[in-house]
Amino acid sequence: MVKGIQSIAFEQSPYLISSASVVGKKEGEGPLGKMFDMVEEEDLFGENTWEEAESAMQKEACLLAIGKAHLAPEDIRYLFGGDLLRQGVATSLGVEELGIPMFGLFGACSTSGEALALASMSVAAGYGEYMLAVTSSHFGSAEKEFRFPLGYANQRPLSAQWTVTGSGAFLVGKKRSHVRITGVTVGKIVDYGLKDSQNMGACMAPAACDTIIRNLKDFDRVPEDYNRIITGDLGYVGQSILFDLMRGKEYDIKKNHMDCGMTIFDQQLQDTHAGGSGCGCAATTLSAYILPKLERGEWQRVLFVPTGALMSTVSYNEGASVPGIAHGIVLEHC
Amino acid sequence: MDYINAFWIGGLICAAVQILLDRTKLMPGRVMVLLVCTGAILGAIQIYQPFQEFAGAGASVPLLGFGNLLWKGVKEAVDKEGFIGIFLGGFKASAVGISAALVFSYLASLIFDPKMKK
Repeated sequence: MVKGIQSIAFEQSPYLISSASVVGKKEGEGPLGKMFDMVEEEDLFGENTWEEAESAMQKEACLLAIGKAHLAPEDIRYLFGGDLLRQGVATSLGVEELGIPMFGLFGACSTSGEALALASMSVAAGYGEYMLAVTSSHFGSAEKEFRFPLGYANQRPLSAQWTVTGSGAFLVGKKRSHVRITGVTVGKIVDYGLKDSQNMGACMAPAACDTIIRNLKDFDRVPEDYNRIITGDLGYVGQSILFDLMRGKEYDIKKNHMDCGMTIFDQQLQDTHAGGSGCGCAATTLSAYILPKLERGEWQRVLFVPTGALMSTVSYNEGASVPGIAHGIVLEHC
Repeated sequence: MDYINAFWIGGLICAAVQILLDRTKLMPGRVMVLLVCTGAILGAIQIYQPFQEFAGAGASVPLLGFGNLLWKGVKEAVDKEGFIGIFLGGFKASAVGISAALVFSYLASLIFDPKMKK
């Protein structure tokens, strides 16, 4: 089970039974628009605040994922969830009605990886038959949290990323499906001392490099053993930095690297600057785009490695650097 | 002619600020502070008043003019009431502008809801 220095190879690999993606208008207009389970035209989702809208998205994504497996919330043993807002409030207020015992997480934009890792570890260890992993982000709530409220109407620089309005929920368990989680590489915090919160890709690329290489070494693999190595939201800038860092360690992932932030929006048509970001970016792309390819067998094995920037508004304003983390999930067609 | 001067001078100031926003890593708050301080200094060295007489609203509406307003208020108060004028003058001069901004933005928040950026 324990593999290498940071990884786990499951003896009885849990199945990724079902998933659901709920997104906002801009995401629905993007390249993956038709693949999402639900596109909401009104970004307030019928609520009064962006935060309540994000909670509504989470609840909807959970119910959809559970429903696809013909289960009810009562059947889920534990829920692992998190978001970008302080004190994880979008998740708490989003899932409370489901009544599932839950662990609130914080991994910034790597939360989908963190939640999937914990959910699959819990199933593999025999602590329950069905676990739910969920995460979300919302452009309005993230701007208010980290930058300025939308009403302030500030201008955003070209290096900024566009926080995805979306929630992805994943049902992990023992019931057979066509995708298995065969291994996880839990990431450690990597900090190159960068302080520029407008350039998240650069802050997170070192962590992605660290976890990817750790995964390859722990599992004794080469990049070509994966159809795709998929990061969450490094964006255009972060991707080129990742390639350079990997090349410095003598790994070349140019041929099979993919980044969710670069996939979810059309940079030319949608004016999204450096690409998509946020917990919802990796989660919804995984559910809508990556998992179907694994289910069909178009891809046999991928490494899903979302990255997070572990800063707070306080730490940033006090001049601290922005450390990064990345969690690797090995997904295989079966 | 007044309107044209106000337009192109106010526009130039805005263009200069936009260049700062696009080409430097300065946060918007810092740029605003830069404008106010520059206006105050230009007022102190007697450049801003003739500038404002030429450009009218083009010089008084941007934050550069607000800096000048602050300087003028402090100077007048110090002339009239001595040392305490340093604390008195700035707020007295800028009271109208600040109150108007507060009142109008509050009214706007009552009428409008924030919308997502496109």
